Amino acid sequence: MTTLLNIRALYVNISLSAGMLHAVRDVSFHVERGETLCLVGESGCGKSLTALAVMDILPSRSVRWAEQITLEGQDLQNLKDRHMSDLRGSRMAMIFQEPMTSLNPCYTIGNQLEETLRRHRSASRREARDRAVFLLEKVGITAAGTRLKQYPHQLSGGLRQRVMIAMSLMCGPALIIADEPTTALDVTIQAQILSLLSSLQKEFGMGMIFITHDLGIVARIATRVAVMYCGMVVETGVVGEIFHSPLHPYTQGLLACLPVPGKTRPGEHLGSIPGMVPTPIGDFSGCMFRNRCSHAMEECCHESIELYRVSVERAYRCLLSKETCLANHMTQKD
Amino acid sequence: MSQPIPEIVYPSPRQIMIRRTLTHKGFLIGAIMLLLISAAALLAPVLSPYDPYNQDLSRRMINPVWHENGSWEHPLGTDNLGRDYLSRLMYGARISLLLGGCAMLISGVIGTSLGIAAGYFGGRVDMVVGFLITARLSMPVVLVALAVVALIGSSLNVIIWVLGLLIWDRFAVVMRASTQQLREMDYVNAAKAIGCSTLRVLVSEILPNVFNNLIVVATLEIAHAILLEAALSFLGMGVQPPLPSWGLMVAEGKEFMLFSPWVIFIPGTVLSLLVLAINLMGDGIRDITAPEGRS
Repeated sequence: MTTLLNIRALYVNISLSAGMLHAVRDVSFHVERGETLCLVGESGCGKSLTALAVMDILPSRSVRWAEQITLEGQDLQNLKDRHMSDLRGSRMAMIFQEPMTSLNPCYTIGNQLEETLRRHRSASRREARDRAVFLLEKVGITAAGTRLKQYPHQLSGGLRQRVMIAMSLMCGPALIIADEPTTALDVTIQAQILSLLSSLQKEFGMGMIFITHDLGIVARIATRVAVMYCGMVVETGVVGEIFHSPLHPYTQGLLACLPVPGKTRPGEHLGSIPGMVPTPIGDFSGCMFRNRCSHAMEECCHESIELYRVSVERAYRCLLSKETCLANHMTQKD
Repeated sequence: MSQPIPEIVYPSPRQIMIRRTLTHKGFLIGAIMLLLISAAALLAPVLSPYDPYNQDLSRRMINPVWHENGSWEHPLGTDNLGRDYLSRLMYGARISLLLGGCAMLISGVIGTSLGIAAGYFGGRVDMVVGFLITARLSMPVVLVALAVVALIGSSLNVIIWVLGLLIWDRFAVVMRASTQQLREMDYVNAAKAIGCSTLRVLVSEILPNVFNNLIVVATLEIAHAILLEAALSFLGMGVQPPLPSWGLMVAEGKEFMLFSPWVIFIPGTVLSLLVLAINLMGDGIRDITAPEGRS
């Protein structure tokens, strides 16, 4: 079987009055059926733009370029707008961060759910309704029949996010892109939504791109992880390896920020990464992390740093050798 | 033993709407006034006691019923050509409402499409529309209308089109601002993400959400158009005699103002009542339909 989603060398540029903002640079990843790829990184590192670029619904003034974007073997770059919108919602669907604003307040839940199906399939109102009820029950909403007649403002945030999930599943997509779907929810609801997502994913065999900045969620839901920094993927690998032996100094820094149960003592300071994220406007070269990195060398300023592939799934973007990186991680741990 | 929990019954959206409508005083007052005026206008051929064009020089300048010498034969008196004032007033309401409604529709279509396009697409489109709005705002409406009407002659049709083409600016400004807010909403993105075309996003996602603003502007613009028509007619460049327009009635009466002030007072009052009614209703509709006040 072909890879579900394959992205090679994706770039997104936004022209601002201050200059060209290189929001996403040289991002490559692939997603297989039934697995979850987590895009991790701090705010503004280009996670969401990457997702929007895959869906081709970038905001105006931003330009997408890529060597390759294929969904189920189909090239998405040379697709006509009309064909692209046929794919959106039917083969790939998106769940947004803010459940309070991602449903249109003017229409009932049922109306919005059915619209998705009726847009893509010649389904009758009846079939669309049945599918909507079925999915609402699947995502754990009781009394689905009456919920269909309600407006978004009558639902709580958690319920709305469930409706959004149901909406994204209406046409049975092969790929789901979830852009921080739990950030706006409280922790208990967050846990419910996460387990709901992963069980649905297993049931329907979908691939999922899960965007988050919460490493706790990553550990729980991810199959593979891509850590992003300043528009670039700095490290990618299977979730266990990333957490157990992070290679890139940024990933190591991120993990040092987390408290470890049983090891971090009360009152002890958690790690932090000094400095601020630079804004990638205009021309620049070298490693973007160098001014915050404790292992920065002179070469970091000049060379453009390639993704160094360790194994099939593992790669990192640093000049240091794998052994040095691992050694750094060991000393940091102790 | 546990009591059975009583089921909570939510009122249906329609019930909520009706309740909110009936508790909004301004809306009710405006709606009733507008209803009365519209009924008088629509049923003018049936209700009016006389033919509004029928002159009778032997019965000129009869006082209305509340004056001495007034009689119920002509409840609001007659004008200087002996035409029944009440009948002319009722037929005049037709002109005002027709003109206000049509001019609003024309300007609404122009302004809304420009405004939504500018707000949604931004960039160059926004710049062009911004220029058009500024150009339009720099033209004094009455002056331009007077000039155009003087050039191509005045008839009801011409006035409707001239006003319609001149007063779309408020539509465009308001629609542009509201669309800019909505454009950033996730549900617009979500609509794109389920494969809606741009036109579909504009028509079925943006338009319903700006609709309550649209209605408020529309009612204001009806009132605006009616007032402009009255002003133009007063200046002799609007509806031409013998058509019974309220502005024209004021103009025709201004010579007799000193001794019979009611010839101006009556059409003037009705005009301001109509404008007040429309504005009250517009505000009311906004309050009733605003999504933040539902539930």
